[in-house]
Amino acid sequence: MRGGEALLKSLENQGVDVVFGYPGGQLLPLYDMIYDSDLRHILVRHEQCAAHAADGYARASGKVGVCIATSGPGATNLVTGIATAYMDSSPIVAIAGQVPTGLIGNDAFQEVDTLGMTMPITKHNFQPITSKEIPEMVKSAFYIAGTGRPGPVVLDLPKDVQEQELDFENDVKINLPGYKPTRKGHPLQIKRAASLIGNAKKPVILAGGGVIISNSSEELLKLSELVGAPVTTSLLGKGSFPEDHDLSLGMLGMHGRLSANFAVDKCDCLIAVGCRFSDRTTGKISEFAKNAKIIHIDIDPAEIGKNVDVDIPIVGDAKIILSNLIRAISQNKMSSKSMEWVNRVKDFKQTCIPKMSFDNTPLKPQQVIKEIAEAVDDDTIVTTDVGQNQMWMAHYFTSRKPKTFLSSGGLGTMGFGFPAAIGAKVAMPESDVVAVAGDGGFLMVSQELATVKEYDIPVVICVLDNRYLGMVAQWQNLFYEKRLSHTHLGESPDFVKLAEAFGVAADRVERPGELREVLSSAINSGEPTLIDVTIDPDEILPMVPPGCGLTEIVGEYKTEPNNSEDVPYHEAAKERAGD
Amino acid sequence: MDDQRTHIISALVLHKPGVLQRVAGLFTRRGFNIESITVGTSEQEEIARMTIIAKGDGKVLEQITKQLNKIIDVIKVRDLEPENTVKRELCLIKVHSPTEKIRAEVVQYVNIFRGRVIDVSPETLTIEMTGASDKIDALIDLVKGFGIKEIARTGPTAMSRGVKTI
Repeated sequence: MRGGEALLKSLENQGVDVVFGYPGGQLLPLYDMIYDSDLRHILVRHEQCAAHAADGYARASGKVGVCIATSGPGATNLVTGIATAYMDSSPIVAIAGQVPTGLIGNDAFQEVDTLGMTMPITKHNFQPITSKEIPEMVKSAFYIAGTGRPGPVVLDLPKDVQEQELDFENDVKINLPGYKPTRKGHPLQIKRAASLIGNAKKPVILAGGGVIISNSSEELLKLSELVGAPVTTSLLGKGSFPEDHDLSLGMLGMHGRLSANFAVDKCDCLIAVGCRFSDRTTGKISEFAKNAKIIHIDIDPAEIGKNVDVDIPIVGDAKIILSNLIRAISQNKMSSKSMEWVNRVKDFKQTCIPKMSFDNTPLKPQQVIKEIAEAVDDDTIVTTDVGQNQMWMAHYFTSRKPKTFLSSGGLGTMGFGFPAAIGAKVAMPESDVVAVAGDGGFLMVSQELATVKEYDIPVVICVLDNRYLGMVAQWQNLFYEKRLSHTHLGESPDFVKLAEAFGVAADRVERPGELREVLSSAINSGEPTLIDVTIDPDEILPMVPPGCGLTEIVGEYKTEPNNSEDVPYHEAAKERAGD
Repeated sequence: MDDQRTHIISALVLHKPGVLQRVAGLFTRRGFNIESITVGTSEQEEIARMTIIAKGDGKVLEQITKQLNKIIDVIKVRDLEPENTVKRELCLIKVHSPTEKIRAEVVQYVNIFRGRVIDVSPETLTIEMTGASDKIDALIDLVKGFGIKEIARTGPTAMSRGVKTI
């Protein structure tokens, strides 16, 4: 068997049924072998989108996603997608072609140091020098990518190694003496945490992406109800807790819900699960949860104490630790004091109910999100791009289930949403998949319209079209004296015509009430569809300026008319939150 | 926060290409202040031992240790206690010594410091000195006056005193 065949056979042994890729010179042998294999290969139209699609596949399914690109420019184009997966702990295996071993280091045609380039943005990377190494490397790559704190692994495959003969063994052993992720939490720490939570009067849970990765949403819900702890999430934690639950506070942070920001500010015990305390989540560190003892549960020991000093660290798998924690706490009855806290939280949450119905034109984004929410069901996977569209979705869209809200958090990669939706749809063909993008981000990846057409991947793309790089313009408006330097995108293209040029169905929505129906019928059509939604460029989402505490909001919220008339949203919330 | 301190970190790593880059790259990327890295084979063929000298407070050290441990090719990391650690550095110094008188003087210093002269030319003496880094600094200071043509230092390598191993 040849090296490339060994690679394909190894992928098959790992249960891989689909790869997202783009061929090139140094992958000619491998692609020749793919031609004869049963592997489903989806030809994307840009390598970056292969990585994002593999990432979307991984986030939606919990399995390892696979992408392939050639050497040099193929590999460099993968880099953004790999870095995105790395920042958000998404398990992908990226296979890159490399020049033949004899030419490595000669600046050969399309040569780049893929190993060196991807070292800082991967969990690990490999380069087989002989084909014999391939089976073990592939097995190790999948094991590393998918276990512990998941992350991307790169396999850099020289051209001659793809052709070199080997004796293939199905049952290879892997040897990784330096890799032993801790799964069970330390019993003593769990005991200490249980007693701290038991004695807390004002507990809050902060759930991150780790809750979703470890499938511990059920345990999270149980713990929250058991101790009367309201739950806020990071952006990546969205969906880990049903956001229509009484105890849900919504997203925390710079662009988060005020109720969440105030609750974390006031709480006396913060239980952080599977989150890394990103600056977008915490705001100014010295102000963050300053009245609280902090418990931090994470599978990556290096995340503990990195950004926020914690009182009780517990390293391990969130599912196991939460179960143990629930068992330890179950003896303690919920005190009346924590009911008092729950009621207070509900009360100030009421003050903050954002207004979402608007009959203006151009359409208000709140109204757009409301109509999207009405058109989809709980199992629909929504992906977002990066920018205002993302924060509007994070803020106004109610997620009820894990793995249904996919967004580029850590790297904030524009152009993520659409290709991630392609990957998600391929992974979960039974689920409806809707990508929400801004016009800026969508234009970075619009060539993938060819991919969804060619392979008939029925995702629906809602382009929230305000002709601005909205989030950058928002910062310019708030912090740079409204000097909108190069954030206006001009009047082209016509997205409907663009989609039609690719043979993709398209529609335009301009008035309130239209999107709900157009989106519903697009989803039901079973065809890839683009919906261009013209929105108001002047609408901004209030935020916490960088470097400020979580309660120092700028900008005015619009609340439901019944709530605190004439009192600005955050003033009323502040009052209700009390001391 | 405790004070900035120089730490001696001993790490066992897989002895294969790219590992030094993974470790060194980590220091750059995380903004840790690295003073030196030495690496060479250990008592086991497939494992190399690294000695990393880095400056930082307790929090920084904790992060360095944890981040190092995250590297798949790193097997074990330990912050050695300075008082229970033997630490040695090798230094080669090429001193400008054109006269008999200077040469005699330099050789005298070398003897006092228990160094060795390992090469002589009509113009230069090359000294080998192994020891604690501050001793090497002291010898360099002494011979500086004659004119130093070249210095090559390895950076310290270290291990725990007594039976303790990592």
